[in-house]
Amino acid sequence: MASNTSDNLLKEFAPQLEKTGLLGKIWIIVLAFLILLGIFALYWQISRGHIVTGMRDNVVWGMYIVNFIFFMGISYAGALISGTLHLFHAEWRKPVIRMAEFITIISLLIGPLYIMLCIGRLDRLPNLVLFGRIQSPITWDVIAISTDIIGCFIFLYLTILKDLSKLRDYSELKLPAWRKKVYNVMALGYTGTPEQQLMLKRATDIMAGMVIAIAIIVYSVLAWIFSVTLQPGWHSTIFGPYFVIAAVYSGSGVLIVAMYIFRKVYHLEKHITQKHFVNVGVIMLVLAAFFGYFTFSEYLTKWYGSEKNDEILIKILFKDYYFFFIFSNYVGVLLPLIVVGFKKLRTINNITITAVVVIVALWMNRYLIVVPTLESPYLPIQDAREAWRHYSPTWVEWALTIGGIASFCLFFTLASKFIPIVQVSEVAEPVEPGDISLR
Amino acid sequence: MSEEHNKEKNSRRKFLKLGILAGAGTVATGAIIAANGGTSSESGEKIKVLTTSGEVMEVDKNFLIQAPVGRKESHEGIPGRKFVMVIDLAKCKNARKCVEACQRGHELEKDQEYLKVYLMQDSEKTAPYWFPKPCYHCDNPQCVSVCPVGATYKRSDGIVLIDNERCIGCKFCMTGCPYSTRIFSWKAEKEPEEGSVYSPEKGVPRVEGTVSKCDFCPDMAREGKLPYCATACPMGVIYFGDIDEDVVTNGVDTFKFSELIRDRSGYQYLENLGTRPNVYYLPPVDRQFPVERGYEGLEDDIKANYSETPFVKKLNHREDK
Repeated sequence: MASNTSDNLLKEFAPQLEKTGLLGKIWIIVLAFLILLGIFALYWQISRGHIVTGMRDNVVWGMYIVNFIFFMGISYAGALISGTLHLFHAEWRKPVIRMAEFITIISLLIGPLYIMLCIGRLDRLPNLVLFGRIQSPITWDVIAISTDIIGCFIFLYLTILKDLSKLRDYSELKLPAWRKKVYNVMALGYTGTPEQQLMLKRATDIMAGMVIAIAIIVYSVLAWIFSVTLQPGWHSTIFGPYFVIAAVYSGSGVLIVAMYIFRKVYHLEKHITQKHFVNVGVIMLVLAAFFGYFTFSEYLTKWYGSEKNDEILIKILFKDYYFFFIFSNYVGVLLPLIVVGFKKLRTINNITITAVVVIVALWMNRYLIVVPTLESPYLPIQDAREAWRHYSPTWVEWALTIGGIASFCLFFTLASKFIPIVQVSEVAEPVEPGDISLR
Repeated sequence: MSEEHNKEKNSRRKFLKLGILAGAGTVATGAIIAANGGTSSESGEKIKVLTTSGEVMEVDKNFLIQAPVGRKESHEGIPGRKFVMVIDLAKCKNARKCVEACQRGHELEKDQEYLKVYLMQDSEKTAPYWFPKPCYHCDNPQCVSVCPVGATYKRSDGIVLIDNERCIGCKFCMTGCPYSTRIFSWKAEKEPEEGSVYSPEKGVPRVEGTVSKCDFCPDMAREGKLPYCATACPMGVIYFGDIDEDVVTNGVDTFKFSELIRDRSGYQYLENLGTRPNVYYLPPVDRQFPVERGYEGLEDDIKANYSETPFVKKLNHREDK
């Protein structure tokens, strides 16, 4: 363990913080360009009205809401995965847990922006507070999400505090003075006295438990926005847990992809090994099984009972959305079971490809929840206008979707330039008692 | 007969002679203001009004002008009323006069409909029928429950209204309503006239980025008139009235609501959803017109709306042969 003292580690990670290579710069410029495109689309939508989107009177919620659920979902990666691993003292978590926490915070900041894109009168947003009604699930959502953001910020801050103090004390860091000052202020005078360590550990433990609870509540509330309505396809009692499982599932996928990319770009092969991919992969496998189970019981009961409107919905799902349905609910469930299930297939590349498939499948799953239901209301849509019958997103919605993904990547990149992407202080620490490895 | 209807529509100040709704006009506190020096001369007919200070005074009928009630008053509802609508499906032949009158009255575009006429067919072997669908002004309205800012609200007279100056446009009410009643203003709407006061009871002009819908025309009720759709229908399909007074009228015939519902087996649409609608339907029995009559005369773009219905598909199939 001699090579793993935190100073040595800092030396290893310092170049990531100190300079950005040519490729890194191009990457950042491309992302910034995509974000600008999104901002232009936003300007277009605000100046011309919501008519520039594909949403119309029947499908009143489209890709924005899909993205909202999706980003809120991946924010689970940190909340549940890092929270749980922290509480179980899983030793292997240390190199990957910070990525999970970054994913949480960044997607939690981007997700709610999408619900705002869907709101017709952004200028009246203060009404949500001024005239808020507690009966409305949207009010529950506002309260839940803001609590979640605060909770996750505190949790993240507690977990980076030690590293901040290390960065402050590390004299060889070649950084501009202002950044050192930022570290100095943010470290809050933490020096690692036994008393401070105990306090920090207690606080982190409490927050780890809290973020798990908050995250479950937030995602259930999100599901209830749909399931409290009477719409066929939404009015379902299992939506709460179904959404929670789907969320952690997509979060585990994003975590694997992040691990893969940072491992390659920052040369973390020594810290993030196949073991990590397999461990997170096993988490993904378990969640895939749960997700498949929930999906199956959701659609089985609808199909078997075949109430008139459920039948119409299922017909649409298997006719107009055949590819989506097969990809998200068959491939998206079975692939992780096969790839992670068989030992021979568990390579880093295979697991990462599976994770990408899972992420796409989960996005499609949300699309299948939001759009087809709105296309099959109780009263049949009798309207000659194509856009009133079928939703198809416009370039504005695509641009804003891509802009959102680009902002996620950009924030992630910048965050990794500010704080080492691996928990330097934790990795350097000896193994905690009560280590539970998932293997 | 249709001339008479037109006259009624055009003269907004003319009170309905039937008198069953006339009470609504005179009790309207604050809704009626005395006009200072209008061009009209005294009619000699005095009307009692309640001033804002609570005094009762008599004003000549011609010196009264109707002002729409403000946002605050519109939350109250017309005292002592509980509105109800009965739609007689046996008489509907999809003349679309109700839709057009509603669009004129609410300054809607041709493709914006508060009142839609569906071509319904409950199952394969049952007979198709025309089905006008306004807002049901439910007693357990989902739209009101889910609204995060109280922009849509239920009044004491049963009407569900929308305050377009409060609505944030989240469209949750649109997904909450199981009857697809609400429409969204996707693009810029007409600017309000200068000095005009917005009233949710009138709802015009609409506001971009907010939701609007059929409002049971409470501004007309305050004047003692029937909603635009009820007056416009040449067949007298739409009855409007007061469920507490147990009376409904289509402007020509007046019925006891309870007897009409009992004798003609009135029902509510999808009442199993627990929404408790205030619109009742009389089933399409002993029809006065074959269902084709409502389809043949339509303009092509309206016809296209029904192209996916089994009835029209069958009709087209037959023509092809």
